[in-house]
Amino acid sequence: MPLQTRNLLGLDGMKRDDIQLILDTAVSFREVLDRPIKKVPTLQGKTIVNMFFESSTRTRLSFELAERRLSADVLGFQATGSSVSKGETLKDTARNIEAMKVDMVVMRHSASGAPHYLSRVIEANVINAGDGAHEHPTQALLDMYTIRERLGRIEGLNVCIVGDISHSRVARSNIHGLLSMGASVSVCGPATMIPRDLEMLGVSVYHHLDDVLPQVDVLNVLRIQLERDAGRFFPTIREYHNSYGITRQRLEKAGRVITILHPGPINRDVEISADVADSEHSVILQQVLNGVAIRMAVLYLLGTGS
Amino acid sequence: MQILLKGGRLVDPVSGRDESLDFHLLDGQIAKIGKNLSIAPAQVMDITGKIVAPGFLDMHVHLREPGYEHKETILSGSTAAAAGGFTGVCCMPNTDPAIDDESVLRFVQNKARVALSGLVDVYPVAAVTQGRKGTHIAPFAELVGAGAVGFSDDGDPVHDAEIMRRALEYSAMFDRPILQHAQDLPMTKGGVMNEGLVATTLGLMGMPAVAEETVVARDIGITEFTSGRYHVQHVSTAGTVGLVRQAKARKARVSCEATPHHFTLTDEAVRSFDTNTKMNPPLRTREDVEAVRQGLRDGSIDVIATDHAPHSFDEKEVEFQNAPFGIVGLETSLGLTLTELFHKNILSLYEIVEKMAVNPRRILRISDVKIEEGETANLTIFDPLAEWTVDPRLFRSRSRNTPFGGFRLKGRPFGVLNNGQAYWLE
Repeated sequence: MPLQTRNLLGLDGMKRDDIQLILDTAVSFREVLDRPIKKVPTLQGKTIVNMFFESSTRTRLSFELAERRLSADVLGFQATGSSVSKGETLKDTARNIEAMKVDMVVMRHSASGAPHYLSRVIEANVINAGDGAHEHPTQALLDMYTIRERLGRIEGLNVCIVGDISHSRVARSNIHGLLSMGASVSVCGPATMIPRDLEMLGVSVYHHLDDVLPQVDVLNVLRIQLERDAGRFFPTIREYHNSYGITRQRLEKAGRVITILHPGPINRDVEISADVADSEHSVILQQVLNGVAIRMAVLYLLGTGS
Repeated sequence: MQILLKGGRLVDPVSGRDESLDFHLLDGQIAKIGKNLSIAPAQVMDITGKIVAPGFLDMHVHLREPGYEHKETILSGSTAAAAGGFTGVCCMPNTDPAIDDESVLRFVQNKARVALSGLVDVYPVAAVTQGRKGTHIAPFAELVGAGAVGFSDDGDPVHDAEIMRRALEYSAMFDRPILQHAQDLPMTKGGVMNEGLVATTLGLMGMPAVAEETVVARDIGITEFTSGRYHVQHVSTAGTVGLVRQAKARKARVSCEATPHHFTLTDEAVRSFDTNTKMNPPLRTREDVEAVRQGLRDGSIDVIATDHAPHSFDEKEVEFQNAPFGIVGLETSLGLTLTELFHKNILSLYEIVEKMAVNPRRILRISDVKIEEGETANLTIFDPLAEWTVDPRLFRSRSRNTPFGGFRLKGRPFGVLNNGQAYWLE
């Protein structure tokens, strides 16, 4: 059964069957990663370009690793958003890619909708590796994979996303994906960081962790962007940590086992305390490993186009 | 030049007439008006089923010249206006240099006069503040003396309440309105679309409705404190409609306009990431669109104007957040108005003519167009029933940035006459 899409732009509107297929396919690739020889010939002869218009370390490495393990020819570049936006336009970049006859493009861009534009003007399959505050579909897929791996299911679970929802593409993709897989989704953060009308997407909104923790199975803790206008969205790092930091004490008070995810990179002792990040309930490093398997699955399903 | 227009229906709120009449036009003047005219040497034009109205005036147009001639020129913009059924436009002063003194204003007038030999009257709106910088008011006496019909820093708001107060006081001496692009700047910093569910879903920075409404509320207060006249440009929110309605009930000297895109589209259109859905003020919610329509119906909104904002193809062919705000409107305005307001029973033809021809002139103290024997023929003729599909490639504007390409519309301009010139669409 093939995917019902030739690009992976986001999880908004993606069919449950498609998500299921990606997660199931990733299981086989996850096994490949445990073998002594971690490489398969699946995408031999395919050329993939990783275009990172915004700095990224782990997502870029994860995609590159996934591509190489599938035996694809890989090239890529990383440019800061500003130098690109002042020079070559996205349109010219797209035309160049088209001229080079590549098969797939993995794109990270600071502008919401940039990969959608690209997918309209080029033939190659486009995979969104994060666009602005819009979507980061492979992150949400690997989050769901990790949840399923740890808890055996997604449907019926209570998942709470904590932090700056307004500026988070990880949050948006998780909300769409988790809802279509049958989870209950809530968010918790300061009112200044909850985008307007979010509840219309079908999530519950909380502003106090202690109100939500007692019914939560999974916490997905977002990185707080320290560089972002502190003082406009939250008063001080200290107040943020005291209100929304995930600490052992707070988890114990909730009185239940809660699985902890974090998309990384972590600000230790800001949004999450070091002991929680390193605890047995944290699956942060499994997320990193599973990320490679998920990206292999996505690349395989789109690249073989069957 | 002699033309005999036969079979048309005159809809003229100035004289209060709404009846079928023939018009004999001779050398740009209305020689005779009557029923079943037959004048031997005149070229007969059968306009049965079409409406004859005082020439339409779009009081919110960006002609881009001087400074941005790659987007539009006074000639291309005037041609687009004529093709859209307008015999007059007001051009906004956010040119380079800005229209903030007599020399730039005269430049625009001189270009306009020769553009189509006077077919389209171009009435400059001058800047409220020098260089549109928001700090020192422009020389209103000089500008009014040269022909400015109003003042606006459009594109940017007059943000400083003290400057707005002084501008209203000073402009009142010349009986010219201040036209405000109402937008609170700190609240909309970085915003590219309406704040709400769609922006939240798309991860785009929002501009809340309240950022428009707080400025309108403040300005109405200042207007009532002074003796100035205040006009809200491109009303986009239900709250603004309510504020203007309440102000009018108090007899405040306040008027306002709405654009065809704000009474037609909602922010749902942005889901496509089409940069031709990006304008300022942004497309709002269904509730706002309904409120704008209601405001048009009950008279809270005086004028339909386009905020015609041409941008070149390449300028718009970028990431949504990096695209400039604005869409062209002159050549779709009448079609959208007839489709969305007349055929949906929101406005009568009479009311549409009021909002597109009569009210803008009265707000700007431009004389009424008189459709009487012996007067200059300044007429818009349109067919309220003709169906057509918007094809931006056919626009006379130098730019094609419209979200309405492919729209099926009912009602379109047929031709315009003014100052001895004529432009026919078919």
